[in-house]
Amino acid sequence: MDEPDQLKPLDPAYVTVMRIGMAIFLAIPLIGALVIETAQLTATGLFIIPLAFLAAWLVFVVPARRYARWQYALGADRLRIVRGFLFYSDTVVPLGRIQHIDVHQGPIMRRFDLATLTVHTAGNHNAGVSLPGLRHEVAVAMRETIREYIKAAQG
Amino acid sequence: MSEVDVLPQPLPQAEGQQQGGQRLHPLGLFVSFISGLPQLFLPIVAVLFGSGSRNRPELIPLVILGVLFVSLFFRWLGWMRFQYHLGEDDIRIERGILSRSARSIPYDRIQDVSIEQKPLPRLLGLGEVKFETGGGDGEDAKLSYVSLSEAERLRETIKARKAGQAATTGETAAVEEESGATVFAMDTGRLLTLGLYSFSLVIFAVLGGVAQQFDFLLSYDIWDIGAWIGVAEDNGVSIETIGTGARIIGALAALAGLVAIGILTGIIRTFLTDYGFRLERTAKGFRRRRGLLTLTDVVMPVARVQAAIVETGPVRKRRGWHALRFVSLAQESKQESHHMVAPLARLDEIWPIVAEAGIAQPGETAALQHGKFGWWLSGFVIVLPIIFIAMAALMLFAEASLARASLLLLLLPLMLAIMTIEWRVYRHGEDGMQLYVRRGWWRQRLTILPQVRVQSVEIAQSPLARLVGLVSLRFGVAGGKFEMLALPREAAEAIRDNVLAIAAPVDFSVINRRG
Repeated sequence: MDEPDQLKPLDPAYVTVMRIGMAIFLAIPLIGALVIETAQLTATGLFIIPLAFLAAWLVFVVPARRYARWQYALGADRLRIVRGFLFYSDTVVPLGRIQHIDVHQGPIMRRFDLATLTVHTAGNHNAGVSLPGLRHEVAVAMRETIREYIKAAQG
Repeated sequence: MSEVDVLPQPLPQAEGQQQGGQRLHPLGLFVSFISGLPQLFLPIVAVLFGSGSRNRPELIPLVILGVLFVSLFFRWLGWMRFQYHLGEDDIRIERGILSRSARSIPYDRIQDVSIEQKPLPRLLGLGEVKFETGGGDGEDAKLSYVSLSEAERLRETIKARKAGQAATTGETAAVEEESGATVFAMDTGRLLTLGLYSFSLVIFAVLGGVAQQFDFLLSYDIWDIGAWIGVAEDNGVSIETIGTGARIIGALAALAGLVAIGILTGIIRTFLTDYGFRLERTAKGFRRRRGLLTLTDVVMPVARVQAAIVETGPVRKRRGWHALRFVSLAQESKQESHHMVAPLARLDEIWPIVAEAGIAQPGETAALQHGKFGWWLSGFVIVLPIIFIAMAALMLFAEASLARASLLLLLLPLMLAIMTIEWRVYRHGEDGMQLYVRRGWWRQRLTILPQVRVQSVEIAQSPLARLVGLVSLRFGVAGGKFEMLALPREAAEAIRDNVLAIAAPVDFSVINRRG
């Protein structure tokens, strides 16, 4: 409350990353629908048309909305992550409870110089909290900040 | 109980490093050989058939002896190649006949050291030492078997090393640990009561399983009731000749038998696990010993207790009986993740134990509240359309009349009743230091979580919950779950801020490692 933990958005390039990821994921059902379509097993367009609409929604609308919901703030002693388009979630991890930290880059993310920061806690719930779509150097800097904090806290 | 030789060696080299390590107790070889005998049954049969000794019966004993010898030889090899070593800051276990493996467990990572004594090792004065590391994959290290005195020594040494890692002189290993004040114990009368509450018909499942395994040995199908009636009729009894009175008496007798067996099973199982139950408070934590044939001896450091769970049921609550479990960093076993601390106790016996663990009894300020009913009601948003679709489907495809299909609507009051019960039994509360959640009817559990033990906080809202404007509050707890339901957003945020104000300034290592 008292600290100026302004929630920050992810890197805008993450929208593109989500779109590409979703498009690749959708390629399989789309190809399947095309095969059914060309084999003319069913009435023309029974599969492909609804699927195309769904795919367009998933690729062009959903990522932008999800991006808009992702926010984070690294406060003095806590990391807060807000996310969720359908299922809203607002997670706070005290830095002193973090066991280890990962910075991970997938192949698509690497092309856009993005990374995912994951912090692990000892809790059974939220054992790993991930924050994707950070600029790589931002993720690394956050990791260093958290590490410094833990080192200082352990004395 | 003198101090062990601390050899400040570098990491073990690849092979041939014999000095500095210790072997397991040689008698353990005998124990594992005996307990491994049932596994040799199939190999022996295989060898007997394979060697064609059916035609030469005089060879059979030789073949059996041969298999036994080979098994013993390999066990001996394994024993020879198994060594453990207490190092400066870790325990190392080397083993493997062909492929060698060396595992290092830092003392710092060992959550619990437990000693288990199964009947045969117990006769020989041996025990199995297990190191719980809290790793999620359950791959723990164990030493089976060492002598009981060695087991105790290992435990004391590890405890001392863990505590005094800063103090390099190992002389700090105080042996005063052993004696502790008994906090809770159960006499035979209470064991019997617990046995009564542990009524169980699991024996029938077990018998059924056994019968299924070995039904090739039986000449008839025991599941075929018709066959049984046939057997009875062969003996001059038929259903028709049995009078109604006799039938009722027979049914009652069968029911009574079932109840008696259930009660007996409960009592026997209770005596097997909880006989001689004794919980002691030692310098650093709790020590629990129990068991009739298999003795277990578990030490739980107080600093590792994350939360307390007070359990009861609708029947035992009337008589004032409760059970107490601790949520700990290390898990009790694969099935039970929470340590049983008092299986059957009065509340005024439970609160002192809880207090020993640094957890307070819920006071007046912790007014336990209901969740908002809308949370449970929101389930109808999903159920109603499903019921309407099902009704439509019945009328369209099964040609049911509207009246018939409307019978499905009877599900609604039933659901409402269940939801009301769930709403009634659920309570949560907060008193500035601890969090409380009570759930369940048949298995009623009140979980008490000190706020400083919270690892993370999440405010979550599903689409259904959004409709009624409520959220749930989920807390990360090491070794357990803790969730508050049906809260308005502002209330959840207030609780979160309070919890974080307490938990965030304290480092994980500070709270979980201090003596």
